[in-house]
Amino acid sequence: MAVYKLKTPISEEEIRELHVNDVVYISGTLVTARDQAHRRALEFYKQGKPLPISLEGLAVFHCGPLVRKENDKWVIVSAGPTTSTRMEVFEEEFIEKFKVRVIIGKGGMGARTTKAMKKYGAVYGAFTGGAGVLAAQAISRVQRVEWFDLGMPEALWILEVEEFGPLTVAIDSHGNNLFAEVDKRVETNKQDIYRRLRV
Amino acid sequence: MEITNIVEKVAVNLLRLAVIELPADVKEALQKAYNEETSEAGKTQLKAILENIKLAEKTRKPMCQDTGTIIFYIKAGAEAKGLDQIPQALKKATVRATKEVPLRPNAVDPFLQINSGNNTGRCIPFIHWEVISGNTIEITVLPKGGGSENVTVLGMLVPGQGVKGLKKFVVDAVIKAGAKPCPPNILGVGVGGGADIAVKLAKQALLRPLNQPNPDPEIAKLEKVLLESVNMTGIGPMGLGGKFTALGVNIEYAHRHPASYPAAVAFQCWAARRATARIYPDGKIEYLTHNV
Repeated sequence: MAVYKLKTPISEEEIRELHVNDVVYISGTLVTARDQAHRRALEFYKQGKPLPISLEGLAVFHCGPLVRKENDKWVIVSAGPTTSTRMEVFEEEFIEKFKVRVIIGKGGMGARTTKAMKKYGAVYGAFTGGAGVLAAQAISRVQRVEWFDLGMPEALWILEVEEFGPLTVAIDSHGNNLFAEVDKRVETNKQDIYRRLRV
Repeated sequence: MEITNIVEKVAVNLLRLAVIELPADVKEALQKAYNEETSEAGKTQLKAILENIKLAEKTRKPMCQDTGTIIFYIKAGAEAKGLDQIPQALKKATVRATKEVPLRPNAVDPFLQINSGNNTGRCIPFIHWEVISGNTIEITVLPKGGGSENVTVLGMLVPGQGVKGLKKFVVDAVIKAGAKPCPPNILGVGVGGGADIAVKLAKQALLRPLNQPNPDPEIAKLEKVLLESVNMTGIGPMGLGGKFTALGVNIEYAHRHPASYPAAVAFQCWAARRATARIYPDGKIEYLTHNV
């Protein structure tokens, strides 16, 4: 396990150095996107319309933050990750078209995303579920919000972050998927548990 | 002060305490898990959890952005006054806490898909009542997160398989849930009664502190066996692998119908939030889960 501190925009070379179990902290620009934002971004691509921000080399965060307006400025109160598997249907195309380098969320993603990350050079960083204050602490500023018509949780929040993490690399750009490895081990352990319990 | 005002004030305090600060038994269990976890990825997760807990206490912000569905458990003294006013007071407290703490608005009309914006709605906050002797009113709040709620299971098991079937059911539920309920979890296991009773007992079991095993030594032993078993799965903190998939297993039971063996497993995420206070007739308030 190694610890890396990366700054956006992140290059493909930097991503290729990372391996599962490594820990990453990110500084620079982070953009939140959940189900609706993924869908709309891909529709924009099909129609040849540019996104409100180029995602090339940036990190996308599966998160619906709790945000409050203080003195006319947006402040993130709590911003933990949401379950990433819901975005599995979009992510392969998303990585290909927008050249995102880091996807951040919880619970891991599937085989299609793993393949896309290997092909295009991206990683999945697992952020601790529920650690909403820790995440908010690393967000220094809300740069702006786009697609607010989708609602607070689904909007694109463009955030400036400083050492956002720890992110455990759970899918790397070499075809490794930590969650899939854990699943395999759990399946073997299950048989041992059954034997021990005599069930 | 009127009893309704006292209940409202106490409930706002309980909601704030619950979402910002974990009870001591949960914090201790998480610290112990961090000390003993051997998987690197698992340890990283537990460290982030402990740091997040400290930050939430320091900044007085909700530890998780999902501040849950609001559920109250009331132990109402048969001689206490103003019990009929309690539901209204709890609703008002929930609206206030949503604004003041703040809590994330989490009450959505299931047909219109409209969020009420203040955590109240039909039957929400939900109130469980128990009548006890005496004149005190004990209020517990359980803000229940959605990720862990989504993996709740009910099984109508085969009575002939008895406890064996129950053990397999619990292990399978944990494996199927995987990373989704934000492990390490507390597992509430409800057995017997009927389908609704098993689920109710399972959820109620989440309120029992981790350092209090079931008073029945045989059931306490089963709790221990199940905890060891689910921690052998290797799912680990946040599903990234490790020894700590659960912090505790709490079992509650009722007698069953000869033809039925209902069993339910309720999951509580590591952010195992709960807060309790007791109100005396003279207006004195005692907080039981937190130092106030």
